Amino acid sequence: MNYTRAVGLSSALRHAAFAPKLSRNQAVLRSVLFKRTVKTQSLPPSAADEILNTQRLKRPSSPHFTIYQPQLTWIASIANRVTGVGLSVLLYGFSLAYLVAPSTFSSANVVETVKGLPTSVKVAGKTILAAPFAFHSLNGLRHLAWDTGKFLSLSGVYRTGYAVLGASAVATVALVLL
Amino acid sequence: MQSLAARSALTPLKLRSAALRGFTSSAAKRQAVAAKSTPLNKEFKIYRWNPDEPAKKPELQSYTINLNECGPMILDALIKIKNEVDPTLTFRRSCREGICGSCAMNINGQNTLACLCRIDRTESKDTKIYPLPHMYVVKDLVPDLTLFYKQYKSIEPYLQNDNPPAHGEFLQSPEERRKLDGLYECILCACCSTSCPSYWWNQDEYLGPATLMQAYRWIADSRDSYGAHRKEKLQNEMSLYRCHTIFNCARTCPKGLNPAAAIAKIKLELAAD
Repeated sequence: MNYTRAVGLSSALRHAAFAPKLSRNQAVLRSVLFKRTVKTQSLPPSAADEILNTQRLKRPSSPHFTIYQPQLTWIASIANRVTGVGLSVLLYGFSLAYLVAPSTFSSANVVETVKGLPTSVKVAGKTILAAPFAFHSLNGLRHLAWDTGKFLSLSGVYRTGYAVLGASAVATVALVLL
Repeated sequence: MQSLAARSALTPLKLRSAALRGFTSSAAKRQAVAAKSTPLNKEFKIYRWNPDEPAKKPELQSYTINLNECGPMILDALIKIKNEVDPTLTFRRSCREGICGSCAMNINGQNTLACLCRIDRTESKDTKIYPLPHMYVVKDLVPDLTLFYKQYKSIEPYLQNDNPPAHGEFLQSPEERRKLDGLYECILCACCSTSCPSYWWNQDEYLGPATLMQAYRWIADSRDSYGAHRKEKLQNEMSLYRCHTIFNCARTCPKGLNPAAAIAKIKLELAAD
């Protein structure tokens, strides 16, 4: 044992036990002829923490949403968040604006302004308002169902997800035609 | 080999085939010969970062290998690259059969185990391999899971009961045991936790799907009497309630488990408290 370790043959011998004769000879030959080119440095165990800490200072965080596959699960969740924020901003923004200038933002005035717009702008504006409202409301029902313990399987998630998307599309069209 | 050839040359023709059968059926001969068909070259783009050159930005390195000389799984390709192309490529692997959880990584945008993920054999499409998302990188595909394991430890993942049975073991009815199915199989590969956007943004405080499912595994265990204590520890804004039922965890789990459903059940139990 000491002998093999001294000449650095132990791993070559271990390997040789399973190798056919020819390659066994080669393996022994190679490890005798060629020395290791990699140089290692011996450090006390106490140095480990310092090395780790210097590495930790600069290590990167692996990429996340930019490389993750778009899936109905998390895209729908983000859409729910975004539409919720959008609708809230609209509600609070309009309410605050009404408090600041009640005459400009009175119902009569708003109706008058919208009436003067071209049809294409009217339809586009209604869609932009109706789609987030429909999706957020229906997806909210989906979340309520989950919180009562229903549709918690993966197939349940996908079936309800597509159902919400379809229903949102129908509801958006209905609201725009209103 | 030389002696073998010499002996076969001396053997009379008729005897040769019979005498040689013993040798010809040796392991080396019986192994499948690599198909000589046209090579199926597939490009793998793999995330590289070396801690010895920390200033260098992480990058995708491209490797092209012949799939006809490679096993069917992503892990086979990684091992082939490490063996034959670039020995500096670093990744974790152990069991190669989906039970150790070491080779968890992000393959083509989804977290999974490299050993359970088949290589897409479309030649024109490259396969991108990243480490588990939003984790500190130790090297290449190796993420730092220190925090993940600490979080697991924090839920006290062991049986706690102050009144053990006087004789023998804890008894459980088949129904009670069945509650643990779909929970105990978790191998803690961290695929689910690192697929969770909530965990990406709040992993310092939110426990994440893997840990929470194990928390529920002990809450649901009829032999454990510390359920109230376990639930009390989750009764705050961050530990549990950062789960927004996104279901990335259930979608990505390589073992087909459903952490989101387990978390929903904890929420229901906490609401009933």
